[in-house]
Amino acid sequence: MADTIEVNGKQLAVDEEGYLANLNDWEPEVANVMAKQDNLELTPEHWEIINFLREYYEEYQIAPAVRVLTKAVGKKLGPDKGNSKYLYTLFPYGPAKQACRYAGLPKPTGCV
Amino acid sequence: MAEVVKKFMYLNRKAPYGTIYAWESLEVVLIGAAFDQDVCVMFIDDGVYQLTKGQDTKGIGMKNFSPTYRTLGDYDVRRIYVDRDSLEARGLTPDDLIAVPFEDMETGEEIDNIVEIIDSERAGALMNQSDVIFSF
Repeated sequence: MADTIEVNGKQLAVDEEGYLANLNDWEPEVANVMAKQDNLELTPEHWEIINFLREYYEEYQIAPAVRVLTKAVGKKLGPDKGNSKYLYTLFPYGPAKQACRYAGLPKPTGCV
Repeated sequence: MAEVVKKFMYLNRKAPYGTIYAWESLEVVLIGAAFDQDVCVMFIDDGVYQLTKGQDTKGIGMKNFSPTYRTLGDYDVRRIYVDRDSLEARGLTPDDLIAVPFEDMETGEEIDNIVEIIDSERAGALMNQSDVIFSF
């Protein structure tokens, strides 16, 4: 993984696992660039989770572990979305890790 | 899978900023919560400041992580204790502390606040019952 990614002509620093080094660097295009590297096309369903994570971080100052994310999504968006199958279909590399990365958040706390 | 469930206590005694202890403790609690142990978190001495409402860290250039305590219930930490004497000695009341909600996903039971104010006798008994105490 390179130490920067290019987004809209800017070089943004990322850590060794590809998470943005600086939270404030995030813009929606960051998610698109990261998804492209994973050969993934972001749909409105992906964005719903990415935006949910950004709101969650705004409120709690933490990137949730996958089971906490699943629970919280279920509460907010309904049980048909708050389950592992739905979330793993959207984010095959692990919904919390991958979606947090796209959302510009740190690696989730409590993901082992 | 039959696994031994141990009683863990995370004991927080220091003010939230100025040292890294409070944040490190919180991270360990959240990470450890993935291992399905019996976990409780206790705040005594200056540690009670960690739960106070209205923390503002702008002036010291640190992240205000107090909102994160509100996720403890989501991480399946069901028992959070605050020592009453420590609160009173600092002129604080239970109303000065943030609330931590808990929702039991199996029963659907919702509790608005699981933070429990306890006397020192109870605090001592809880420590005695713990298999492991992590003191921060």
